[in-house]
Amino acid sequence: MPTYEKIIDSDKERRKIKADRRMREIMTAYYMEAKTPKEQRGKKIAWITSGGPVEPLHVMDVIPIYPENYGAMIGASKMGVDLCEKAEEMGYARDLCSYARADIASATVNGGPIGGLPEPDMLICCNNICGTVLKWYEVQARYFNVPLFILDTPITHTTFNDEMRRYVTRQSAEYIRFLEKACGRRFDYDRMAEVGALSIRAQELWQAILDTTMSKPSPMTCFDAFFHLAMIVTLRGTQTCVDYYEMLLAEMKERVAQGIGMLPVEKYRLVWDNLPIWYRLRWLSNKFMERSACLVADTYTSGWVSQMPSVSSTDFLGFMGESYARIFLNSGTDLMAENIIRMVKKYDADGVVFHSNRSCKPYSFGQYDIQKILRKKLGIPTLMIEADMVDERSFSESQIETRIDAFIEMMKK
Amino acid sequence: MDHFQRFREISANPGRYAEEWKKKTGGKVVGHLCSYTPVELIVAAGALPFRILSSGAQIAQADGYLQAYCCGLVRGVLEDALAGRLAFLDGTVFPHTCDTIQRLSDIWRMNIGGFHADVILPVKLDTESAAEYMLAVLQRFKADLEAGLGVTLSEAALGEAIRICNRGRKGLERLYALRRKRPDAIAGSDLHAVFRAALVMDRAELADALEKLADMLESRAPQAAPPVKRLVLSGGLCSMPDIYQVVESSGGRVVWDDFCTGARYFEGLVDENGAPLAAIAQRYRQRVVCPAKHAGIHNRGQYLVDKVKSYQADGVIFLLLKFCDPHAFDYPYMKAMLDKENIPSMLFEIEDQISSEGQLRTRCEAFLEML
Ligand code: SF4
Ligand code: SF4
Repeated sequence: MPTYEKIIDSDKERRKIKADRRMREIMTAYYMEAKTPKEQRGKKIAWITSGGPVEPLHVMDVIPIYPENYGAMIGASKMGVDLCEKAEEMGYARDLCSYARADIASATVNGGPIGGLPEPDMLICCNNICGTVLKWYEVQARYFNVPLFILDTPITHTTFNDEMRRYVTRQSAEYIRFLEKACGRRFDYDRMAEVGALSIRAQELWQAILDTTMSKPSPMTCFDAFFHLAMIVTLRGTQTCVDYYEMLLAEMKERVAQGIGMLPVEKYRLVWDNLPIWYRLRWLSNKFMERSACLVADTYTSGWVSQMPSVSSTDFLGFMGESYARIFLNSGTDLMAENIIRMVKKYDADGVVFHSNRSCKPYSFGQYDIQKILRKKLGIPTLMIEADMVDERSFSESQIETRIDAFIEMMKK
Repeated sequence: MDHFQRFREISANPGRYAEEWKKKTGGKVVGHLCSYTPVELIVAAGALPFRILSSGAQIAQADGYLQAYCCGLVRGVLEDALAGRLAFLDGTVFPHTCDTIQRLSDIWRMNIGGFHADVILPVKLDTESAAEYMLAVLQRFKADLEAGLGVTLSEAALGEAIRICNRGRKGLERLYALRRKRPDAIAGSDLHAVFRAALVMDRAELADALEKLADMLESRAPQAAPPVKRLVLSGGLCSMPDIYQVVESSGGRVVWDDFCTGARYFEGLVDENGAPLAAIAQRYRQRVVCPAKHAGIHNRGQYLVDKVKSYQADGVIFLLLKFCDPHAFDYPYMKAMLDKENIPSMLFEIEDQISSEGQLRTRCEAFLEML
């Protein structure tokens, strides 16, 4: 087995992303407001899925809360196993998505890093990411006894057709009616135009930030993207989000200009597929760094950029349904493979790392075929890591390390 | 004469039935997953709708396409397809239900081939926009079938297919009704064989056969039977005939089920008087809901409680296939709803068919003793 010399990095301080601090401040303020007692807070709270249309909530001054983001926090703070086991005691099978298990358990015991999420006044579920969220939100709708809105987004196995377009567009109107009822007031369409424009702007900025990794050396890795992602997920549609990403983009451009890479030595460039392994981010990041392998892009964080070509920023509601329906996870396996091929080319990557994630079946099933397609079309090496994003019981350190080594060896050839 | 013999043969080797049917009629066989496939359209196209269930063979090739944390049903059917055991299929239909079936469709399209149709049904069934969309999906499915099989589906053919399929459903319902009244009138494994055959048989032949069978069974004089424990089965698809033997040898009788290869398949007829496609759309939107679809948050639990009560069942056995997400999410609340009504229940998780039997026997005996 090859051993890796400790790389001495005298430039470590310079490599740190300075915007991190501001990001932490914003997220803390966001959760503090949400956790303020209802009477003082005034605003209502909606729990919403990560791929759900948040913009109308901002229009209605409803605070969006993302159980999946909390799931990631639970995972990162290594509180996942405890909560997952609690859910299993409640009767939920161990094979279910660990975000769902962690959230369902956390709701009943106010568990997790911030002592539980604030209770929802309503639930917004968009099944563009999976069928799991539908079942999970049904569980929470029964538990909290609050109204549930489902945005049903048909999958694009091969083509997105007119009846799908009409179905999701009609549902946008149903969504607005749902919100008017839940909030007891009219929807403000002018405000929608503003929020919509802010959301599109944030998505463009996020894409631009992700694109800075086309530079060599790459100014950041996907591990950084995993961290900075929280903002586009939770706060897109707000000025705060746009301001923050402008600042981050400027910093990234500056790094590029000065040739500051995230790795002291960047020999190999890789693309990551699937959700992060939250409880082992640092470990994994180090493993790759020690081997001079830089994860320059990933399919996960790029899920929050607009997939719609040439949308009119003034008619957000008009294309909202379609743009949410057509995210890449809600498409056929071969379309997902094409997406990865595009990324490999765009970021000039030498290989792809797949996280086969027990929790996430729609993301993981089909990966073997994608591997085959990549081998055939690009002839590049790929690595499959078997794990779970939150439930550490499915992580085998020695096995994964061996596989990473074998993979790097393959790339040397 | 054994009236179940034919059904047993088909159930034991559904593929052979399809091959023979093909030879005899020169027609096409269209495989499909899930009970949400609108089979009426396939029948109207003159083809044989063939519900694909796993043969249970050892997994070898499917491991190269699907991870081990995929449900046994989907791994099993992919294995059968890769091994050439489904070579008689002219095409396959994938209705949108769970995440796993969704990906199976992609893997199938890329690796198995044949005429392929995705029927991307709504997941939420209880809204106006979903009703409109459902109809549009059926229209597209009709066009896909026409193009794929080189036929035209006339209104008349659709109407006829609806009537045939309804007759089959009524036949199955009669058998269920009989069993409910006289749990000893049909052995569980016999009914199971009838059901498995019903999912692949020529629907006109099936309807006739079921009518004959039901007439015969209904006319038999009831035997004096010892008291039994009446059970309802709920959960994932059960292709394990031994379950019935296990239950029956422990002194239980199944009086109802909530399976997509059971009551969910036949409950709810298509309106024979409406415009055909609209009537079919309505049936699939309003039928007993499966856990991968949404029609309210208490729907399935309420259905189960109602069935237990109206059919005077003593308890419920939940059979869950390992790695099946939709069912696993529903189990805790359905159990809680039963608990509230003081209805005893037991959970059994099926990992694979063979290893489960012994365990099931022990658990089942203990459960029935307790009732
Ligand atoms: S991890 Fe996968 S299964 Fe879980 S909520 Fe996210 S998309 Fe759904
Ligand atoms: S519903 Fe469950 S058993 Fe059926 S295919 Fe999906 S995961 Fe498998």
